[in-house]
Amino acid sequence: MTEMADVLPGRLAGVLGADAVITDPVRLRTYECDGLTYHRATPGVVVLPETAEQVAAVVRLCNEYGVPFVARGAGTGLSGGALPRTDGVLLVTSRMRRIVEIDLPNRRAVVEPGVTNLAITEAVRDQGYYYAPDPSSQQVCSIGGNVAENSGGAHCLKYGFTVNHVEALEIVTPDGDIVTLDTRDPGYDLAGAFVGSEGTLGVTTKITVRLSRTPESVITLLAAFRDVETGGLAVSRIIAEGIVPAAIEMMDALAIEAAEAAVRCGYPQGAAAVLIVELDGPAAEVAGQFAAVTRICEESGSFELRTADGPEERAAIWKGRKSAFAAVGRISPAYIVQDGVVPRTALPRVLAGIDRLSAEHGIRVANVFHAGDGNLHPLVLFDDAEPGAGERAELVSARILDLCVENGGSITGEHGVGVDKARYMPRMFSKDDLDTMQLVRCAFDPRGLSNPGKVFPTPRLCGEVPGVRKGVHPLVASGKAEQF
Amino acid sequence: MSGAQESRREAAASLEKIGVTIRDGGPGDEVAGLRPSWVALPESTDEIAAVLRAAAGHDLAVLPVGGGTKLHWGPPPERCDLLLDTCCLAAAPDHAAGDLVVRAQAGVTMEALAGLLARSGQELALDVPMAGATVGGTLATATAGPRRFRYGTARDLLIGITVVLADGTVARSGGRVVKNVAGYDLGKLFTGSYGTLGVIAEATFRLHPLPAQRRWIAFTAPDPHAARALVAALAAAQAEPSAVELDWPDPGAPLTVSALIEGTAADRRAAALLPLGEAAALPPEYPEYEDDADGALLELRVPPASLATALLTVRDAAERAGLSPRVSGAAASGVLRIALPAHEGLSGFVSAVRAAIDGRLIVVAAPEPLMRRLDPWGETGALTLMRRVKERLDPGRRMSPGRFVGGI
Repeated sequence: MTEMADVLPGRLAGVLGADAVITDPVRLRTYECDGLTYHRATPGVVVLPETAEQVAAVVRLCNEYGVPFVARGAGTGLSGGALPRTDGVLLVTSRMRRIVEIDLPNRRAVVEPGVTNLAITEAVRDQGYYYAPDPSSQQVCSIGGNVAENSGGAHCLKYGFTVNHVEALEIVTPDGDIVTLDTRDPGYDLAGAFVGSEGTLGVTTKITVRLSRTPESVITLLAAFRDVETGGLAVSRIIAEGIVPAAIEMMDALAIEAAEAAVRCGYPQGAAAVLIVELDGPAAEVAGQFAAVTRICEESGSFELRTADGPEERAAIWKGRKSAFAAVGRISPAYIVQDGVVPRTALPRVLAGIDRLSAEHGIRVANVFHAGDGNLHPLVLFDDAEPGAGERAELVSARILDLCVENGGSITGEHGVGVDKARYMPRMFSKDDLDTMQLVRCAFDPRGLSNPGKVFPTPRLCGEVPGVRKGVHPLVASGKAEQF
Repeated sequence: MSGAQESRREAAASLEKIGVTIRDGGPGDEVAGLRPSWVALPESTDEIAAVLRAAAGHDLAVLPVGGGTKLHWGPPPERCDLLLDTCCLAAAPDHAAGDLVVRAQAGVTMEALAGLLARSGQELALDVPMAGATVGGTLATATAGPRRFRYGTARDLLIGITVVLADGTVARSGGRVVKNVAGYDLGKLFTGSYGTLGVIAEATFRLHPLPAQRRWIAFTAPDPHAARALVAALAAAQAEPSAVELDWPDPGAPLTVSALIEGTAADRRAAALLPLGEAAALPPEYPEYEDDADGALLELRVPPASLATALLTVRDAAERAGLSPRVSGAAASGVLRIALPAHEGLSGFVSAVRAAIDGRLIVVAAPEPLMRRLDPWGETGALTLMRRVKERLDPGRRMSPGRFVGGI
């Protein structure tokens, strides 16, 4: 720690230049949290590398001093995955923003990790291509962060997640080597394992993404319902008819109320649930699906249907949905954004369970969700000035995750485990499951320096492999860690 | 009694005690000329774990096998004491039609699975070219067919997996929801791992509705450059083909480029593509697998834009080696299969192509004596990390030893 404070910043400045190393306490505080603001820690030192070689040099210095490091992109993550370590180095990729190559004949682009998600699409849109994963923070979130979190978005129902659109990665391993993980290489699919590992297996320094052809036709529908149940019924029937829309989103009455208050999205009066269905693809196919979805919504009891086939009308429909998270700030002083998944057919049961939890604890919950794939984003509302309300909201939020797991789902569909949900991992996975994942961690990061304390509930040390234990580690003796 | 006989007897006694069906290995069980001492037929994940624990206690090398359709793929194993046959892990799959998800045990055949899913108008969008192939074997070898262009490969459709490690540890990752980012994705690691990390016991897949219509169209191309242009035009077409395939029966013949259109109005969308080229008869769907039993099967992976150069390289190298290749496969994805007669010239052909292309060439299968004379997997990136993963998951090197990249 002393070395950390005294010697390491100077060594880092020697490698990166003084302007790329931040030690000033005021500036350090800018980086104390990501999008999940209730976990905070001031980083020991912040570095702003510009090349993979610099990242590797930083990581090697961290190894030399036994200091942990955390990579951070735009800091939009919602699980505290980029929460810094007070005793560590925060590697910020904001100076690695080059689009290295656009290769349309091979439908791919090579980019640095600090490039924003949307910038890729903007670079190829005029040529009729786009980058498919579209997390709602896509204007600002970085592609490096998307790789760490395996980000999805509203359209992943049809198009999949980051991992389905990454062809190759250049990474700096936790011991400081620059290595390429290419899905086209023979051998283990290490790129597949790396995407979504939340920074615990190394730092991404270059990404080859696949580009998709812009669909010929896009139609967006908004259907208003008198209650969530009938909206849910429409979703089931759409899927049962063999239609895979690009997106199916639902908002309940409270979420609609918040969105109206915040952005005046002008959704139909009296709607207790709205469904947004987006269809895209070849014009002939979209036309057929549009007719079917319209019929299904009407038969299921939708009392108003709106259709958008141009960009402005489409934006109007999406406006309420896209603003929903921030909008609840208008109707509640404080709130928790939850992220859980259930099998789609369990949605009615789980939503009823959330209603019960809400009533039981006197905590309002607004529901916004990706209905097509059962990914719920309950917004747990509370007044932080009211004594005990925060604790009750936390409890409701945690019980919602229990409901998801009990119904065969997941504790996170897209926000990641990070620091926030590490303690919930044992609810979803057995000790053997987690131990096996830890073996992969140890293969990449035997010293446990790459984003430690994230994803896994218990700090673990990697034993020598193969071979015999060499005495008891002091952390094991003190009960602070388990040997592995 | 010799030490070896003694330890073999002890291993047999241990295996007998666990209550799993075990039989002695026979001539029909040989893998690349190696006869396993035993064949285990577990009926559950727990039974796989029991077999692997017993095998661990006696340092037995274990080779998982499903339908056996690809057992001749990959380099010969270094050792093979026990064949773990998943044939009896074939309980009725758990199909949640409303969730577009299915969970199946490793020994379920892909045909049986397809039959079950079709009854609900659904499918696993993974084309499997071999009759009798199982869920486990398809995953272990990461086999995929024409529609990889639209749906990706097994790794993109797998959402949950249960595996058993060499020491008998049962581990799951993923789950039965499509959208899920909790924990590491062990499914990605085990897909295409050729049995070297453990045994795949059970898998959960995301499904797709069966397309309303399917329509193949085919074009003829006089040479690789013309074929490459057609492939590019089809791949970029807004009719959104699910597959763009190529078939080149021999270097003297013209090439056939075909495309599959699926979904609503497939006929109309396909018809709109016909002006792109000169129509041809449809080639067989998987020509490269037709006569590979005594021949060699190779996989060429190149960036799609380098297709023409790669095809010409293959033609020239084959001519110099005195070979007549059949090249076919997913042209728009840049993954092609090369079927060759087994021949002395194979090794020279492989080196020549590898030296010239911007991509990878893998010898998937070849008669054993030829296989031993070359490096079937060729170069790869990140081999050090791969070895480290192997060391952690199978420190005793007992799972299918020697079958994978770099001798893993």
